[in-house]
Amino acid sequence: MTSSPQRHSTGDLLGHQLHGPTDPIRDVGWDGTHARKGFFTDTSICIGCKACEVACKEWNRNPRDGDLEITGWSYDNSQSLGASTWRHVAFVEQDREAIEAARESGRRLVSLGMPTVRDGGAGSEGGGATPSPDTPLPPTSPPDTPEFRWLMASDVCKHCTHAGCLDVCPTGALMRTEFGTVVVQDDVCNGCGTCVAGCPFGVVERRSDGTAAPTTRRGERKGEQPAVPKEGVAQKCTLCYDRLRDEETPACAKTCPTTSIRFGDHDELVTSARARVAELHAKGMTEARLYGANELDGVGGTGSVFLLLDEPEVYGLPPDPRVPTADLGVMFDRAGIAALGMIGAAVAAFVGARR
Amino acid sequence: MANSDCIVLQGGNMAEAHPVGFQWVAEAKARGATVIHIDPRFTRTSAVADRHIPIRAGSDIVLLGALINHVITHDLWFHEYVIAYTNAATIVTEDFADTDDLDGLFSGFDPESGTYDSDTWEYAQAGGGEVEDAGGEKGEQSSTEGDHGPGDQLGSGGAPLENAQVERDETLQHPRTVFQLLRRHYSRYTPAMVQEMCGIDAETFAALAETITSSSGRDRTTMWGYATGWTQHTSGAQFIRAAAVLQLLLGNVGRPGGGIMALRGHASIQGSTDIPTLFNLLPGYLPMPVAGLHDTLADYLDVVSGPGQKGFWGNADAYTVSLLKAYFGEHASAENDWCFDHLPRLTGPHGTYQTMMEMLDGGVEGYFVVGQNPAVGSANSRAQRLALAQLKWLVVRDLSLIETATWWKDSPEVASGELRTEDIETEVFFLPAATHVEKAGSFTQTQRLLQWRHKALDAPGDCQSELDFYYHLGVRIRELLAGSADERDRPLLEMTWDYALDEHGDPEPESVLKEINGYEVVPASGEGGDRTAGEGPGEAGDEGGGSAGSEAREGVGRALSGYAELAADGSTACGCWIYSGVYAEETNQAARRTPHGGDGPAQAKWGWAWPADRRILYNRASADPDGRPWSERKKWVWWDEEAGRWTGSDVPDFPAELHPHHRPEPGTGGVDGLAGDDPFVMQSDGKGWLYAPKGLVDGPFPTHYEAAESPVRNALYTQQQNPTRMLYPRGYNLDAPSAGEAGVEVYPYVFTTYRLTEHHTAGGMSRWLPYLSELQPEMFCEVSPALAAERGLTHNDWATIVSPRAVIEARVMVTDRMRPLRVDGREVHQVGLPYHWGVGEEAIVTGDAANDLLGVSLDANTQIQESKVASCDVRPGRRPRGAAAEELVADYNRRAGVTPQTGNQRLTDPEQEGRG
Repeated sequence: MTSSPQRHSTGDLLGHQLHGPTDPIRDVGWDGTHARKGFFTDTSICIGCKACEVACKEWNRNPRDGDLEITGWSYDNSQSLGASTWRHVAFVEQDREAIEAARESGRRLVSLGMPTVRDGGAGSEGGGATPSPDTPLPPTSPPDTPEFRWLMASDVCKHCTHAGCLDVCPTGALMRTEFGTVVVQDDVCNGCGTCVAGCPFGVVERRSDGTAAPTTRRGERKGEQPAVPKEGVAQKCTLCYDRLRDEETPACAKTCPTTSIRFGDHDELVTSARARVAELHAKGMTEARLYGANELDGVGGTGSVFLLLDEPEVYGLPPDPRVPTADLGVMFDRAGIAALGMIGAAVAAFVGARR
Repeated sequence: MANSDCIVLQGGNMAEAHPVGFQWVAEAKARGATVIHIDPRFTRTSAVADRHIPIRAGSDIVLLGALINHVITHDLWFHEYVIAYTNAATIVTEDFADTDDLDGLFSGFDPESGTYDSDTWEYAQAGGGEVEDAGGEKGEQSSTEGDHGPGDQLGSGGAPLENAQVERDETLQHPRTVFQLLRRHYSRYTPAMVQEMCGIDAETFAALAETITSSSGRDRTTMWGYATGWTQHTSGAQFIRAAAVLQLLLGNVGRPGGGIMALRGHASIQGSTDIPTLFNLLPGYLPMPVAGLHDTLADYLDVVSGPGQKGFWGNADAYTVSLLKAYFGEHASAENDWCFDHLPRLTGPHGTYQTMMEMLDGGVEGYFVVGQNPAVGSANSRAQRLALAQLKWLVVRDLSLIETATWWKDSPEVASGELRTEDIETEVFFLPAATHVEKAGSFTQTQRLLQWRHKALDAPGDCQSELDFYYHLGVRIRELLAGSADERDRPLLEMTWDYALDEHGDPEPESVLKEINGYEVVPASGEGGDRTAGEGPGEAGDEGGGSAGSEAREGVGRALSGYAELAADGSTACGCWIYSGVYAEETNQAARRTPHGGDGPAQAKWGWAWPADRRILYNRASADPDGRPWSERKKWVWWDEEAGRWTGSDVPDFPAELHPHHRPEPGTGGVDGLAGDDPFVMQSDGKGWLYAPKGLVDGPFPTHYEAAESPVRNALYTQQQNPTRMLYPRGYNLDAPSAGEAGVEVYPYVFTTYRLTEHHTAGGMSRWLPYLSELQPEMFCEVSPALAAERGLTHNDWATIVSPRAVIEARVMVTDRMRPLRVDGREVHQVGLPYHWGVGEEAIVTGDAANDLLGVSLDANTQIQESKVASCDVRPGRRPRGAAAEELVADYNRRAGVTPQTGNQRLTDPEQEGRG
């Protein structure tokens, strides 16, 4: 994210920018005392310990999820982000063919020049902050393509620059904080669920009773738990808003043993993320690419930035996330033209009738 | 670890089992280190390593031996280091015969007892004679059923030698130098053998050898890290020894980024061996005395420290007398041998497995189970549960109602009708325990670092800390015994039991820490103090009760600054000599928490490391024989000629003012016997041991044997299994046939058991927690696609796994992370089984226990069970219920021709007996 945002004139609606690069904090009227905060999740050093999932639930007192049955999805038994699981670690097992494909797709990103923009604004970008023709391309055949690899990646709410959930919320329950993050206010949310459809990443979810009925596979009770709080309202990662206000690191980043999850000022994280990608590229790991660092993408870049080792789809992430309100301006204009046209037609009809 | 240039993780799954410690591997990698993971399975550690090398479980000594061979053959060993700091140049007695001579046995084997007499392994004595055997009668202890545990008599110092007046040939040309014997011993451990036995191809082996040798030397260091993947074998101690030999040859011991890291498991498992929960050790790795062998303190000390041996075990008298003073206070005096007779004596191995079998034989009345869950977590857990039913009473102290507390109503044996609740006479007491955040105390972690934690909140309800529980139990027992004239009660009554108490009447943990640290004994002002046996029953119970707060204890003076202050004359008391200094200057050094440990690479201001706050052991070896750092990059401690002392980034692990060129008078023992180039100050000759003349019960060199159960033939020797392994031929502890025996095809697959990050061992600290249970909710088995195809297993469906001991079921995980290995000309399939689940009604998640499948075969050095390799069959579908399950196992055993004698022959070829 640039520190002096350029406004895209076409995206403005009633003084509110709807897409493209911007400073989301000043956008909504905060004085900018705080820098925008975010995560940089470097999946290349994730050991899949899931301490982030547990620390998040502990701190936020979220209930246990799911039905306590093994999924068969490698070591992933929580499956996705949801109302009660605000950090989720994906496990992807890949053979040599998939690894080579990932390297090749990464190499293409690099050779496109950086940052890359696919048609309509790509979610991933190839790497380095300043594209330079002098930068040598990584070797085409890294020496040690392994036979097999096991990708692990901790996913979280993206805290988008243009947050679909926030933009569509009819009650104002979703707010942009002074840290540039997006938070649900439980006591305002009426559970309408509009935000669930508004999130291009599928992050927001309304909390049911927090757990499915006890599994019936063995006909035994499993893991009773106390009544679930905040039932029926939209829930998602707050980037530990309460901890940020106390100048504490969010629980997941605090607990991560390998610093795979880093918390800090968004701009600094993006800079170091780009440096990390360049470092991996120098080792021949062309599969490394950033996700969410491109402010020209469909959500104006995200507050949570990821270093991935394959296409986003492999991790269950949308390749081209796009905020649903991105076209609101155009739609508004078109709707206006349509309205004018209809009015014109109506007038013409009357005028014609008089003839 | 962060200082290392190459980290080899073998016999451990560090990222999964030690995720917090793994931050240092991550840091080393970020600094450019190469990380290699050698493991049967591709795990979360492999996922972030530079390279994963799959290996057949249990074949590690072949690989390590081949690396040793490679390093010697290609002259890649660190000459200056090896000649000066190891026993490479030492000459061994000519009576020694190696495994190549005896087809898998060393000289001195007695097939009857299954033990070695190590006399023929000794160093040749300078001047021609052989070294006198100080503890000559060792090994002759009384024992049950041919059990033996001579290793039990030796503390961490290993075996004593007489003073090290050894013959050395520093040209290493003499055929009986350790170096030449080593070269010969490993000459058949070749890349081809690695291919044949480990399933690792020559190219991969060459790459591994190149990586570790190019990352060793003056300027670079390589580190090995292992965990239970090495210890839990019938030759487990030798796996680790093999790595030690290799690391010594490469000069990677006592230097930053080098060494062999024992990755300990739970928060204070290191502490639980330092101040042991083990039957054969006293605090500080002093051995437990043995009946008939250690009748007097003098007998005992003779074995712990030979009178002329070099180094710091020479002061074992000071450590032992100070320990007895800490135990028995003013009752311990020179006249009564410092109450040495109050210590219990061993009559044989009293490990957890022997105790379990004794229970089944009706020989154990009561049992305390604390911090473990044997009904799920111990090998042959089915036998464990049956054994518990033979007790009169059982006390379980735990956080939750674990299976060991509820087996009498919800175990698989109750479900099958084998046990009937109404018939079980065991009285079970469950006592709730406080968690680590509900009590203060120290954790000792894998780097030997003591870290203090403060109490965060009071324990709920009746939950009590261990300290409070045992203190009050002791007070009550002493109340009951007060006035007793029975000799048997004297140790309890004369024990010091007067810690400072807090406002609740509970002992202050720091008061215990000071006792562990050691203090000057203040002679009693009046007579006897208040702890004598003769006092009235009421008074005994009051002791300490009046002195709320941290009042000084009777007889307790200044805290000692370290173990160098300990004396053998009764003027000092010390609960654990290696921890001495942790409370120096009356300050809890373990509570130091300067961020990042302050400046300097040793991070010395965080916690406190035993011994004497040294962060790297044997760090004299980080300097060359003249006392100069081997290189600028790897400097750690060095000799400061001007100041006339050792200095550097760490506390030197060496006499501070001993000049590197100092040579003692021949024949000098103890600390004064150390030469300026004897960095291994706890070894009786001051040298690192490439060859162990004593101390290991199964041989001076690590030698490959197959596991107790293995479908693969030992290609190196006729001898298939470790001949000293501890055998328990019992109906409930049957073994599968091994390669070369009839019926081996009935149990064709190897299974290995292990942990997952999400759970804690037998589940006591995770299966009751919803956040952890949901992450790994069900027992599963990991199999390769090839094995799944061979046996018709379907991903996410059920499989039944059968061993000669039991049958269990598990969900199937078919994954490329499991890879069949080409071994001995055929495919060997391995089945992975996490062991966290147990059958019961209390936990959030339950499942069959992998440990039911395991038998009890133990490493004779350590009494540790072989839980990383055993034989099984796998078939699709769920297991039979009730009596049908037992019938299935019986049917398998009939087909395999299994009897209690199967797999329990010591010698593979009985003809060998005469030769041993």
